[in-house]
Amino acid sequence: MRAKYLRWLGGLLLIVGFLLFNALFFLGKYQLSPEIIRPYSERAGAEKINAAFQNLYSKSYSLPFDFVGELNSGLEEVNSLLIDQYSLSGEQSNQWVEQWKNDQGFRVDLTNDGPYQRSKNAEDSARISLFLEFGSWLDGRDYPDFKTLESDLQIVRESINNYGILAKMGFDKYRKKNAVMAISKNSFRGIHENNPILWIFLTFGFCCLGGLLIFLSKTKDLPGIKNNEIFKRGISSRGWGAALLGAYLIVFYIILYFYPVYMIAFIELVDPLSLLLSGNPAGQFFLYGFIYTLVILVMGLRMILKYKHSLYQRWRTVSVMFFQLSFAFLIPEILVALNKPYFDFKNIWPLDYDFFFEHNLASLIQSGGLGIFMLFWGIALIIIAVPVGVYFFGKRWYCSWVCGCGGLAETAGDPFRQLSDKSLKAWRLERILIHSVLGFAIIMTALVLYTYFSGNAEIMGMNSFSIREVYGAWIGAGFAGVIGTGFYPLMGNRVWCRFGCPLAAYLGLIQRFKSRFRITTNGGQCISCGNCSTYCEMGIDVRWYAQRGQNIIRSSCVGCGICSAVCPRGVLNLEVKKEKGRFNGPNWIGQDPSLKELQIPDLPQIDPSPPH
Amino acid sequence: MKIVILGNGIAGITCARTIRKKSSANISMISSETKFFWSRTALMYIFLGHMKFEHTKPYEDGFWEKNKINLIQARIKRVDFKTKKLTSDRGEEFEYDKLLIATGSVSNKFGWPGQDLGGVTGMYNYQDLIKIEEYAKTTSEAVIVGGGLIGVELAEMLVSRDISVKMLIREEGYWQNILPLADSRLVSEHISSHGVELKMNTELKEILPDDSGRVSALLTTEGEKFNCQIVGLTPGVKPNIALFQSLEIETSRGILVNENLETSIKDVYAAGDCAEFKTAPTGRKKNEQVWYTGRMQGELAGLNILGADKPYDPGPWFNSAKFFDLEFQTYGLVFPELNEDQDELLIYPDKDKLIHLVFKKGVGVVDGVNLFGIRQRHEVWDSWLRSKAGLKEIIRDFKKAGFDPEFSKDHYPEVLKAYSDRFPDDPILSATENNKNLAI
Repeated sequence: MRAKYLRWLGGLLLIVGFLLFNALFFLGKYQLSPEIIRPYSERAGAEKINAAFQNLYSKSYSLPFDFVGELNSGLEEVNSLLIDQYSLSGEQSNQWVEQWKNDQGFRVDLTNDGPYQRSKNAEDSARISLFLEFGSWLDGRDYPDFKTLESDLQIVRESINNYGILAKMGFDKYRKKNAVMAISKNSFRGIHENNPILWIFLTFGFCCLGGLLIFLSKTKDLPGIKNNEIFKRGISSRGWGAALLGAYLIVFYIILYFYPVYMIAFIELVDPLSLLLSGNPAGQFFLYGFIYTLVILVMGLRMILKYKHSLYQRWRTVSVMFFQLSFAFLIPEILVALNKPYFDFKNIWPLDYDFFFEHNLASLIQSGGLGIFMLFWGIALIIIAVPVGVYFFGKRWYCSWVCGCGGLAETAGDPFRQLSDKSLKAWRLERILIHSVLGFAIIMTALVLYTYFSGNAEIMGMNSFSIREVYGAWIGAGFAGVIGTGFYPLMGNRVWCRFGCPLAAYLGLIQRFKSRFRITTNGGQCISCGNCSTYCEMGIDVRWYAQRGQNIIRSSCVGCGICSAVCPRGVLNLEVKKEKGRFNGPNWIGQDPSLKELQIPDLPQIDPSPPH
Repeated sequence: MKIVILGNGIAGITCARTIRKKSSANISMISSETKFFWSRTALMYIFLGHMKFEHTKPYEDGFWEKNKINLIQARIKRVDFKTKKLTSDRGEEFEYDKLLIATGSVSNKFGWPGQDLGGVTGMYNYQDLIKIEEYAKTTSEAVIVGGGLIGVELAEMLVSRDISVKMLIREEGYWQNILPLADSRLVSEHISSHGVELKMNTELKEILPDDSGRVSALLTTEGEKFNCQIVGLTPGVKPNIALFQSLEIETSRGILVNENLETSIKDVYAAGDCAEFKTAPTGRKKNEQVWYTGRMQGELAGLNILGADKPYDPGPWFNSAKFFDLEFQTYGLVFPELNEDQDELLIYPDKDKLIHLVFKKGVGVVDGVNLFGIRQRHEVWDSWLRSKAGLKEIIRDFKKAGFDPEFSKDHYPEVLKAYSDRFPDDPILSATENNKNLAI
């Protein structure tokens, strides 16, 4: 009875906390003030900024949609004012041409202190400095006639008018996004503003407490496998609850990665925490990291209680909780507080796909001894820790003991592990997709490094900047985030790890070909019940191997050990042994050894059935 | 050659697959229960919600077509061994050159009054499961008669729906016709800890109906009356051979076969639960109704149908089960009572865990072991039993047989201690010490 009340109370707290959290979206207001916008005046000029935003100062918005729309159109207005003012016409550029004239035609000389630089007019000098920057490639070139010169000048004018003015004075795509984000954040006044601790408690606190009460109600349960009702409850068997949860998660991830400006109400909530930890205001990824860690900790406790009879499961769960809390969340924040580069010591390329990006390399190299250590550490993880670890323990040392994606999958994702697709078709798709992503990551990184060392962005018609952008959006955000986690309730908890993660592919190749790890099957004890296959989050048809007495050696196996735990006959065991005998053929005890050797050259002749 | 396999259980499908690996013969598999092979062993997990029916199918539906094994869903009504023809209840006819009978078993019923009432059920096939699912909706109390493996599965199923369950056990402990008393007690305690009320030394007398023909109560031979809305009858299974009993084929409890699984009729074989050996294989019973013997016999039948002419040689007995959360494995033979020449060593490395070794008096050859809450490696035990290893050797090498998951408690110290407490004058030498002695 007590357990039942605890469960109800826990459920209630969980729902109230969740609703209050979401209510924050509706319980604030956005109001722009001249102070907030002032920093942008320096860039684009106060009178233009004022002209674009003046009418917003007196208005207040309760939802971000219109407000963000106004900000966007305000910045666009500033942009078009700038273009009107500074765009370079052919008439103007032609005025400068005379000075380059010589006997053979024209020679462009931008270093010469020519008349075009003597303007006292601020507007003209701004225009000239734009020309000097975007036309620098003309310097020293010879042109036989005006026509050829003019055609190059036109290219310069176009790049100034289409791109240069916004890049130098206005708001190009990225700057606009950042400005909208920053202005919105500063304009937002949430209901939690005066009482941040209270609201953190009412939202995150209630949710955690609710979860803990539900788990507390189960502490008296007898140890053993707790999978009753999994396929009878909608939430864990693709019912309505699962669809709703999946939709919520998918929307959450799309907002997080592509429209973070709409989650400012939530980011503001954790601002005090971020200030406390790193001294910086929170961004969307601090919020995400905070929720992520909290979920792993709370759902990790659930996992520890659920598998209280299995020390392997408990230690594994403690491990992912530890690595998430310390390595992934606290240490990077503390590093930032100490003015060191943000660094997750357990994140490994190519999962950590931007490890070799210029900005990361630059920030590591500029951070003294620690930064250089981080650089070597990151490379050592790739070339030493991965192969050595997989050789001795299997890829599980990373995927289900250390990794953050794995950590979430093994804790929050545990209720959904049975939803993975076990079909041969899925296996085929898995091998194609995951190795394609690995190939993509390697090519992208090679291009990025080429650009880093050569300074050249183009190679064989590919632009390393646009390729990394595609990777970041489609793989980093779309696949790993939106599909990888958003689809937990619909496709299981390891969609990313199984179909997408390039690091898992790399670990898997080593596991498949050079490792001591295997799952052994116990003689003839298998009864083909299918619990192992059903609960394999990687969609491995474990039973296929178990019933024929064959070791399970699959590149995808993350060694979570659940197949072994759910087996009612003690058939499966994760083992690390000498490599010899690792690949054994079908060999169940009781199987007739002659089956393999038996040659049946001709079927015995059967008399034709007697007529009837 | 046309091969027809009657029954698509583990024996039938193993036979079909064995034949397909070796030949291109025409194979048809006929079943009335389901079109596709599924694992009956997982029946309880469907009810518990651990799995859906589709998860119990070990092969994808397309597998059979790919392997050119024709699946036919039909109920065979008539078998004519002379014309080599089967006829279904819809009048379809199937001819064969070679026939395998692999029809499995049916639940035992002992003619108890009320055994056909609504709410009274066995727990063997998919149809039973659907019935139990329906009955459970309107049940708060249930009684299970018969204390075997299926009985405890049914108990776990009903307990999961908050139904209060009593089990009537004829002996003084659960499964005591199979388990020694100590083992039986351990299991009984475990089952009780899950809220099942075990009524020992109690037998069913009569099942009483309500007005609608549904069970309302059960009377025991002791005169006790238990209200209940479900009665589970799980006193074991018997070979499913009703179709053949009036025919010329030799039957006893099951369809009689020789060691090559040939029946008394030429070109007709039997395998699995429905087959009974005329002479019991060494260390085995004539009719063993477990999953893996179905698999072994199915394979052998396939080979012999192809002309291999091989006798059945199942090797040392083994089995496993799970009682609620208590795992059980057994290797070799452990009888409920010791034989005159036998001795035993009981090791309780933990409460709720037991290693029960039976061996020849003095520290002689080990005949078998019962293991509760501990997993051991079949391969190692199989070789120990085949080589007639002695107790000392097995205790010394006990770690070799360990199959518990990583991080599990190491029981070796308790095993050694139990041995040395029992045989202080005959100490176990470590492997290295042993070698040293031999060298001297």
